[in-house]
Amino acid sequence: MLKEKEVIIIGGGAAGLAAAVACQEKGIEDILIIERNAYLGGILNQCIHDGFGLEKFNSSLSGPEYAQKYIDQVKEKKIPFLLDSMVIDLSTQKEVTVINRQGLQHYRAKVIILAMGCRERTRGAIGIPGARPSGIYTAGVAQELINLKNYMVGKKIVILGSGDIGLIMARRLTLEGAEVITVAEKLPYSSGLPRNINQCLYDFDIPLLLNHTVIDIEGNGRLSSVTIAQLGKRGGIIPGSQRKIACDTLLLSVGLIPENELSREAGIVLDNITGGPQVDERGQTNVPGIFACGNVLQVHDIVDNVSLEAEYITEGILDYLQGRISESQEIKMTLGAGLRYVVPQKIFTIKDTIFSFRVNQPGKKKTLVFEEDQKLIKKKYFPRVNPAEMLRVKLSSSELKDINKLKVKLV
Amino acid sequence: MKTTNNHYDVVIIGGGVVGCAIARELSKYKTSIAVLEKEDDVGWGISCRNSGVVHAGFNYKSGTLRAQLCVEGNKSFAKLCHELDVPYKKIGKVIVAQKKEEIRELKKLKTQGEKNKVGGLQIIDSAELKRLEPNVKGIAALYSPETAITSPYLLTIALAENALRNGVSFFLNTKVKNIVKLKNSDFRINTNKGEFTSSYVINSAGLYSDKVAHMVEKDKYRIYPCRGEYYVLDKNASWIINHLIYPVPKAGTGGLGVHFTPTIDKNILIGPSNEYIKQKDNLSTTSQIMKMLSAEAQKFLPLISSRDIIRSYSGIRAKQAPPSEGGYWDFVIEESNSVNNFINLIGIESPGLASAQPIAKRVVEIINKKEKLSPNSNFNPFRKGILRFEEQDEETKKALIKQDPDYGEIICRCEKVTKKEILEAIDNPLGVKDLISIKYRSRAMMGRCQGGYCLTRIIELLREKYHLNPQDITLKGEHSSLLTGYRSDEVKIC
Repeated sequence: MLKEKEVIIIGGGAAGLAAAVACQEKGIEDILIIERNAYLGGILNQCIHDGFGLEKFNSSLSGPEYAQKYIDQVKEKKIPFLLDSMVIDLSTQKEVTVINRQGLQHYRAKVIILAMGCRERTRGAIGIPGARPSGIYTAGVAQELINLKNYMVGKKIVILGSGDIGLIMARRLTLEGAEVITVAEKLPYSSGLPRNINQCLYDFDIPLLLNHTVIDIEGNGRLSSVTIAQLGKRGGIIPGSQRKIACDTLLLSVGLIPENELSREAGIVLDNITGGPQVDERGQTNVPGIFACGNVLQVHDIVDNVSLEAEYITEGILDYLQGRISESQEIKMTLGAGLRYVVPQKIFTIKDTIFSFRVNQPGKKKTLVFEEDQKLIKKKYFPRVNPAEMLRVKLSSSELKDINKLKVKLV
Repeated sequence: MKTTNNHYDVVIIGGGVVGCAIARELSKYKTSIAVLEKEDDVGWGISCRNSGVVHAGFNYKSGTLRAQLCVEGNKSFAKLCHELDVPYKKIGKVIVAQKKEEIRELKKLKTQGEKNKVGGLQIIDSAELKRLEPNVKGIAALYSPETAITSPYLLTIALAENALRNGVSFFLNTKVKNIVKLKNSDFRINTNKGEFTSSYVINSAGLYSDKVAHMVEKDKYRIYPCRGEYYVLDKNASWIINHLIYPVPKAGTGGLGVHFTPTIDKNILIGPSNEYIKQKDNLSTTSQIMKMLSAEAQKFLPLISSRDIIRSYSGIRAKQAPPSEGGYWDFVIEESNSVNNFINLIGIESPGLASAQPIAKRVVEIINKKEKLSPNSNFNPFRKGILRFEEQDEETKKALIKQDPDYGEIICRCEKVTKKEILEAIDNPLGVKDLISIKYRSRAMMGRCQGGYCLTRIIELLREKYHLNPQDITLKGEHSSLLTGYRSDEVKIC
């Protein structure tokens, strides 16, 4: 039995909740959020630190508080949601198979919003050699065990990677009485936000070792030591820089991967760099009616931007549902120097469009330049740029009018 | 025969695939059997750390036990897996030549295989290779349709569970310290868990079989540990190959070369390497070998990307051939000529998995010749594994959830393992509680997120079932606690 829905949102985390609320506010009635956990809010529930909502609510909230703002709205607006329910299949025809304790259910929606978030990169994916003892966790799993389950994961900790969750966990573990010996980062700069480096490492005298990585792991049973080494300019180990550190825990904060297994099944084309679907100016994937927002589209550093992105794509969703999308010729996008990626990857219709970027490396006094051939369309100055911080720039429909191609670069 | 408290007719030392196969084979007779295993679970040594290939038998010198038992084992493997509800797929293997001179080696292998009575071997040209394996680079290949794959750990577990059901006693976490031949000709086996006595001892101790043999007779055997490292690829890459892909083996290396193994669960394994090491328990992986594996992969399958890698691990071969010599020595399966009723299994490396049952039959024959064992009419050859929800059709899935809603809760998202399956794995017949044992039994935590999603959930289910303290949750054996306790000493939530 196929149940029909106007909009199905896969994932009830930050992106899914904001998308649901915004859809409803735009007059879309028949919405269903499908969440695999026993509660809404997704990963925000384990982020008990503050700093959420500065942009959106003008106050510094904890993750659960931020989520609650949206959960309250979802409940107030009586937007239906399923909990403990996992989508196990998604088709190009926008048919969704859901499994839960009640059985298997099939839905078909006019619009699907992908809001599945991301997962953490693991030890296996980055190939750290050595033994395989217990005591090696990704930072997010450690965060879940400590903050949601009240367990302690270890006492002497080394953190590899300076992603934001790793930095947050350095502080968290210190506050819980563990000794965080060091944070090693392979790159010459941190992949976490500067404010987190200050508040989570420097305020607690935890050293951040740039250009360092873990090259060996020892432990029979539980982890007993890791060996870290300094990397040279070309990525090789600097001889003599190896240092063995006794510890019982290694946390990994080495990147997040958008969770697009379902998208793949539905034939959605992914971007090699972002790991998320390739989308157009409305957040629509190559499959008409399937939209994406939040960390499943591109990994964000600030949850406020996730909410904004989710709200933004609902404009396009409304257009789609009302048959207002008339695709004109594609504006060809090219990525110039200094940038790692741009979202959206394609533009079909002229409307006010928000572009998201990440830069290749940290820099000062940089200008983001949009041009067609040599003609300047728009530029925006940034006193500082950092790969950890996503840049977002809005181009109005008048700026995009009559353009055939668009090149973006950082100068 | 008699059984008192800790007396058994036969004590098997080592719960690997061979030890468990012997236990099961012996349980077809009226005899009391104990398996002593030093680890928390069966199969943690060599048996769960290999390619899981049911070899056809053309790689081995004609007339050797390895050739004979492998061919025999290959032929009866499907039946064994059927009885034990263990996955088995005859997917075939291609050995790929990339240089002209290697084609001669292929022909030699084919001749040797035919002499060993391996069926269906064919030399195929590059066009046929392209048809079978469009993504593999090669100029010709030897195709072996009889080569199959299985799950080496599930087979070991299944053999043990079926043996257990047929009356075999398993003593896990039981390490043999020494063995004394008593005046009444029985053996006394001293372990960390107390004393056992038996009429027969079967030394199936794998990497430590030399050490166990030396407990009763003077130094005769030596086992050299030879490590092989592997990469595991994401299931998303499974489309790249259809068969087992091997290079042409190089003489004297003691391995079959870095190969590409589609697993039963649709991952691809790359490996193993072949490196003599000092310690028998050093299961580390190394950056040099990881680089080498990637380079080999590029040679045969340039489509494989480093992004597809989800894990690396290693296994250790129990080699008799010393490093100076390399290559292979034949299996030793014999009663000690100096100690009556002490049966040695030495140097059971590849193709030990394919040969496990024929080896077990040999061992039983040795005992049977002396004892005239009477058949156990209660022997039940069948064992049921944990039903894989994900592999069922839609109607079955619906019926299962109706029958037990725990089937409706997916705990491991990558492998789509349900709560029901995890609970069954936790409640396993051998009573093993380690996380890795649950992983082997259920596949949870084996996927691309490596437990990121399900680890916490599984910890909770384990604690609930066995009322464990947080620090009692272990990854793999003693001293491998995952948690140090509760978050704060003041806060205790049970």
